[in-house]
Parts: sequence; structure tokens; C-alpha cells
Amino acid sequence: MLDKIKKSQEVIKAACEKVGRRIQVMEVCGTHTVSIFRSGVRSILPDGVKLLSGPGCPVCVTDQGYIDVVLQLADRDDCLIATYGDMIRVPGQDGSLETRQAKSRIVLSADDALQLAKTYPDKTVVFVAVGFETTTPATAVVVRDAAHQGIKNFCVLCAHKLVVPAMQTLLSAKNDKIDAFLCPGHVSVIIGYEAYAPVVNQYKRPCVVAGFEPVQIMEALAEICDQMAKGQPMLKSMYTAVVTAEGNLTAQALVSDTFDVTDAYWRGLGKIEQSGLELKPKYEAFDAFKRFGLTEVPGQCNTGCRCGEVLCGLVDPKDCGLFGQACTPESPIGPCMVSSEGACAAWYKYGS
Amino acid sequence: MCLAVPARIVELEDDRAKVDAMGNRWQARTTLLPDVKVGDLVLVHAGFAISKVDEEDAKKTWELFAHLDDFNETTDKPFG
Repeated sequence: MLDKIKKSQEVIKAACEKVGRRIQVMEVCGTHTVSIFRSGVRSILPDGVKLLSGPGCPVCVTDQGYIDVVLQLADRDDCLIATYGDMIRVPGQDGSLETRQAKSRIVLSADDALQLAKTYPDKTVVFVAVGFETTTPATAVVVRDAAHQGIKNFCVLCAHKLVVPAMQTLLSAKNDKIDAFLCPGHVSVIIGYEAYAPVVNQYKRPCVVAGFEPVQIMEALAEICDQMAKGQPMLKSMYTAVVTAEGNLTAQALVSDTFDVTDAYWRGLGKIEQSGLELKPKYEAFDAFKRFGLTEVPGQCNTGCRCGEVLCGLVDPKDCGLFGQACTPESPIGPCMVSSEGACAAWYKYGS
Repeated sequence: MCLAVPARIVELEDDRAKVDAMGNRWQARTTLLPDVKVGDLVLVHAGFAISKVDEEDAKKTWELFAHLDDFNETTDKPFG
């Protein structure tokens, strides 16, 4: 393993010298962020490479406006909120779900959320459906189950998002600092690595899918740097154990049967066309936005929090005036500090 | 959010399985992998098996997890 890391280091160093400037690689997966920091990959990277933590943590990219809608529903007497763990601490305009513990339950899977609806027949269970393509199929399964089983006190507040449109938006921005993408591992299990072809073809940036072990990440970075040195940006999966070109077709079919692609709000990136999912009209009875007559409006954040810029790779967490002072994992102000997969939490815990 | 854990299917009824990773057992659904059977190794994300995985890759990941002090926490959480 050490040999492989050493070889990757050499390839990266040689490539950086040839490129003649710093190569900036963005990862768009919270688990990659955590793995990179925890394993110390940053400390063994040659100086010529800088890693940016992009919009890969679902909690972090969820817009403030959505958080406020969740809290609004939690305040209704007839609702019970079912949510994945980290969302519970994200501050809205008025507290968080953590301050409404009697009205919310942490679930480990979408299936648990549907079971809650059976346990509490006198409440409407609202599932806080956030996450990228890895998590979306689970929501599709339980919506289908709820429809088949005729469960009426269950609905989904859908904020599922698509990774590729976010990558394209980042590259379209004039302030783009991104030379290449380290593509997410488990999102790619579902969508398949061919899904990144538009990014490579349109923007001519390397897109390399990586596994989560430090050596796999180093090898993927070496591949990226080598492509940069050769001036040949390519699409490549280096996580061949589980990532195929076409992905999980069963999951894709379920998702496209359950959701329509729609515009979505992202923290930091704003509104991105065709980057989110909403339930199809045939499942509108399970759509919490429709059931409660709610609309998500882009949220205002007046705290001085710079999570949005962090997510775009424009600033490092330490550049935010709140970082480590007013904003810590124990008392987070922004979502990138709330989630253990967030860039700010990783910087805080492991240092830069 | 992308966290997924390799686990072996030890019981299976329709699309509901019990899976095992290093002695930790929990429920998972196999709806997204219609062809799996008892004994198969799968990658489990937020209570759903999303892909088959081979023995070698699973072992590598388990070894990695074994070195993490928060493994128990991570198996309990759909994302970290």
C-alpha cells in the first residue's frame, strides 16, 4: 500500500511541475471529505495540488428556506417530522429541530419513516427527504409502498438533488477555481460513471470516480494530475469494485417512475435549473409541499456564515470570521459545521 | 450521506433482509437489487442495499472501519 501511495505522490509531483501551476481538485462527496481529512491525505499531497470540498454533503447544500419549511411543519400539532440524523441540528430562522424534539424523530432509513406513520396513525409523518442520488431511490421505494399500502398519514418533503447539474453550474461560474473533479463513489454506484460525460465533454475537466480508502483517493488524484499534465481530460472510474458505466438500473427506473426533474435551490449556488426532484403528479398525495400548501422560497442568511462560498470552493473554512470562534461543532451556525461531513467540521476536527 | 457499509445478507424474505457486518446486524431492504440471495455481500446505504460487492472489497472496508473509533456510531447512522 505504501508503494502505491509513494508512486501516486511521484506521479502527482511530476504532473504538477509540468502543469506549472497549482492544480485544484474538488471532491463532491461528504464521505470523501471525511476520509481525506481523517486519513491525512492532505498532509502527504505534494504542494502543487489543492483539494476543495464542494457541494457533496446533503445537509450542507440544503437551502435555508427548506430548513424553515421543515420547522414550520414541526410546529404544527398534526405533524411529526422524520429525519436523518444531521438535519436535526441545522439552525433555521427560529431554532432547529433539536429545539422541537417532541415533534421530530431521527430515522436511519426512509423505511423507518414509513413505519413511524403506522406507529402514529393520528399524526401526519413528514419525511425530510434530502440527499443525492444514493439516497433518492430509498425515498422512491417508500412512496411506492405508501401508495400500495394505502397509508394516508405519510408524506415526503422532497429536496433530493442531482450532483451533475451542480458540477456544471460550478464550472459555468466566472469565478470557477476548479480544474478537476474527484467524483463521488456511492452516488456513482447508482448513476453510473457515464453520467459525468457531459462535464468532461462540455468543460474539458477530468472526472475521476474514486473509492474511499486513502490509497484509492491518492491513485485517483494521481490519475487526475496525469491527465492535466497530458492535456487530456477524461472520464474514468477507479472504483471498479462497485461502480459500473451504467449504474444501478433498477434504482434509476424507480426514481424516474417516482420523480420529475425540477429546478432547485442550493445553499451557496442559488437556484439551479433541472437540479432537483419533485414527486410526480400521480404521487402528489404524498407531496408535503402540496398537502400543506407550502412553497420553498430561497432562504435568507444574515449570520455572516460563509458556508455558501465554502461549498463553491471560493474560500476555505478558516476564511470565515465565525469559524472556530462563534461557530463550532458544539454550537454550529452554518450547516458545514453541523454535519460531520461538512468541510468546516472536518477543518475544525482535523485541522487544515 | 454517501456512507455505505458492506454487509452479508444472513436472512431474506421478499425484499427485506437481515445483514451482518463484523457481527453488527441490522435490517436492510434489497428492493434495488432484485437478484440477491442469502450469503451475498452488499453495500448498504441508509437501510437499502445499493450494490453487490466482492469479498475482497468488503474485507478492506471492514478493516478500515475497524480502525475507526466511531464505527458503531457510523453503522447506526445513514450518513455521518
